[in-house]
Amino acid sequence: MTLRVDAVSVSLGGADVLDRVELDVGESERLAVLGPSGSGKSTLLRTIAGLVRPAAGRVLLGGEDITGVPPHRRGIGLMHQEGALFLHHDVAGNVAFGLGVAGVPRAERERRTHELLDLVGLPGFEARLIGELSGGERQRVGLARALAPRPRVLLLDEPLGSLDRPLRERLVQELDELFERLRLTVVHVTHDVAEAFAIGNRVALMRAGRIVQQGAPDDLWARPASEWSAAFLGQTNVREVDGRRVVIRPEAVRLAAGDDGVVLSAQRRGPAVSLRVQLDTGEVLESVTTVLQPPAAGQRVRVEIDPAGVADLAPR
Amino acid sequence: MDRDRPPLRAARAAAAALPALFLALFFAYPLATILERGLWEDGLPLDLLGSRSTLEIVWFTVWQAAASTALTLLLGLPLAWVIARFAFSGRALVRSLVLVPFVLPTTVVAAAFLAVLPAGAERGIGPILAAHVFFNVAVVVRVVGSWWGRIEGGVWEAAATLGAGPVRRFTAVTLPLLRPALGAAASLVFLFSFTSFGVILILGGPTRPTLETEIYNQAARLFDLQAAAGLSLLQLTAIALVLAVAGRLERRAGVVVAVAPEGEILRRPRGAERVVVPAVLLSFGLALALPPLALVERSLSTPTGYGLDLFRLLGEETAALLVPPWHAVVNSLLFAGAATALALLVGGLAAAAIARSGALWLDTLVMLPLGASAVMLGFGFVLAFDDPPLDLRGSPWLVPVAQALVAAPFVVRIVAPALRAIDESLREAAAVLGASPARVWREIDAPIVLRALGVAAGFAFAISLGEFGATVFIAQSDWPTVPVAIFRFLGRPGAVNAGLAAALGVVLMALTVATVLVADRVTSVRRGAL
Repeated sequence: MTLRVDAVSVSLGGADVLDRVELDVGESERLAVLGPSGSGKSTLLRTIAGLVRPAAGRVLLGGEDITGVPPHRRGIGLMHQEGALFLHHDVAGNVAFGLGVAGVPRAERERRTHELLDLVGLPGFEARLIGELSGGERQRVGLARALAPRPRVLLLDEPLGSLDRPLRERLVQELDELFERLRLTVVHVTHDVAEAFAIGNRVALMRAGRIVQQGAPDDLWARPASEWSAAFLGQTNVREVDGRRVVIRPEAVRLAAGDDGVVLSAQRRGPAVSLRVQLDTGEVLESVTTVLQPPAAGQRVRVEIDPAGVADLAPR
Repeated sequence: MDRDRPPLRAARAAAAALPALFLALFFAYPLATILERGLWEDGLPLDLLGSRSTLEIVWFTVWQAAASTALTLLLGLPLAWVIARFAFSGRALVRSLVLVPFVLPTTVVAAAFLAVLPAGAERGIGPILAAHVFFNVAVVVRVVGSWWGRIEGGVWEAAATLGAGPVRRFTAVTLPLLRPALGAAASLVFLFSFTSFGVILILGGPTRPTLETEIYNQAARLFDLQAAAGLSLLQLTAIALVLAVAGRLERRAGVVVAVAPEGEILRRPRGAERVVVPAVLLSFGLALALPPLALVERSLSTPTGYGLDLFRLLGEETAALLVPPWHAVVNSLLFAGAATALALLVGGLAAAAIARSGALWLDTLVMLPLGASAVMLGFGFVLAFDDPPLDLRGSPWLVPVAQALVAAPFVVRIVAPALRAIDESLREAAAVLGASPARVWREIDAPIVLRALGVAAGFAFAISLGEFGATVFIAQSDWPTVPVAIFRFLGRPGAVNAGLAAALGVVLMALTVATVLVADRVTSVRRGAL
């Protein structure tokens, strides 16, 4: 199902939270909306779900204007950050809630609940109480519950935000594979760059109520449109070249034995090592390498820059 | 604590023993006397208990309580919702004001309903139910509202995106989540309505007796002590049954659903709520303000327009009382003062023992007078302290003692949580910083304890001022309290008597509200109960 957000503006308590936002999500496409907290990405999601009324603009689902349709008639699934599970039901009761509302017969309800719990990796959890579940299990139940009524579009609001890092990374992978298999139309909101890049076929970067850039993860990484975009994605090597401002991706900054500057710090992050180097000109550059024994802090190095890793920035 | 020295331990045991002794003498002994009189001395009046009229009384007692409970829940829910979920200016004030009807004396409320209802319609089941709702809306707002205010709003949004419309969201999400709170509120309201005395005695008239009013009728009007004792046993059994069912409900519904801290999810009304929220507040404001205002209006009415004539008449002799009515005001203040001191002593010591050692037996013991009805307490006093060995007849001390018994549970409920909340790490930090034990007590414990005792004193004073069920049995006729005087005036015909009752009612209302508001405002401590 295609989803279109057409010039939507929202103001809450007098402040403009969304400013003429335009978005298109194609059939079976997965859009990640990425932005810092307060950028309006959650409000965008809640507007699509019908929980927030836009002051202007339209929301179209499959070409049909649903701006005035209340949330319970939209057929859009939403997975909350904290899960928002029903503590008065067990796991099966949560997953089957939407099916019960839709009047699905009991036997079919049970079959589908079983199937969904299998799908999210919680087989046999039907009778468990919500209070007994771990954070990761809760989010899986929330996902199964949102998927149960076969929503036309699935919205995820920072679904992994409250989980610790290893669990988050594992679930990101699982979500990616699951969405791929189900061919779902997904809008996934997050402030985490890695998560957005992993889940989204396309990433929309949001800042202060506006979409400032969108594109495939690789394109976004290769060509951040502005200094702000670059910084948010984690690219800090900005310098002036012939009167133009450019950004140098950290992996394009290569270090070798030599005498251009000194290593300030070197931190291993899994397969890669992240280094900060101070050139003798005073400029500090960030570099990422996958070599096993990178230069250590205090060591003097030569710095080479791969021209393919340099992108022009629009004036801020 | 392990560092306790023997003398200290003995002092603590004595401090716990004093409230226990007080309760044994003034609560257990009178009740035992009723039991003895009802069961053994005269034998159970089986013919009376099995009679048709008794069955009718039991039936009416049960169904008026059930109807009061259902109506209170139904009408209280919208107000609980509005106060629990929405941010609006004056919300804190509204929350405080809703509590006012709950602390008003029963005789004042009855007089107010007589004043507000049209002549000819002021007595009967309708007014009784209306008065019970008026009293108990605060219970629903506080008990149910505090749960409602903690439900994280995401569950309704989740239900909405799963296809549930507004009605389905209420029945499939809101109601189940509120169930424990609804059960607790329903139990309380049922118990209050089941043992309601002043309201039914005054608004029900002679044709609508409940167990409670019939005990009074048999003992104080017909002097049939055997019948009264038999009915008391019935009442005691019924209350025990209600409490048992309530406890069972509470255990079964022991699911914790509160996730968000209270007050964190308030939001401004939007859409249709912008009409509904003010409408709910306005209609409740009117409904709750009308009876007290009508009482004030009646107290100011004279044959020649409005004036203070009735208040001037409070200084003169009347046919209804042996003393001028203003004596009742002085008596009430004196008795309530003494009762407050007693309740603070007994309840405070009990709270200290409960907070320190978690003495569950003492906790239960102190709460028992709440379960047994005030009328039974008064009747027990009459039976127990009428002859040797304890002939306290005519002793003015009996009234404050009875009132202290009714007020002590509230003192415990307010003080014990405050004591328990004192952080041991604060004490340790102060001690490590070089504070002596006396200094630690002064800096850490005293402010908290004194604040809690202040609130407790306010509530104990207000409760004692309005106590009617026990006082009406034991107050000497030349030492009436204000509630007793109101009752006497309302029992006599004529506009002047009704007017004097209204004037006394206004005085008592002003005293009660002032006491509670001062206690509630000056000491901004969070209360454990209600």
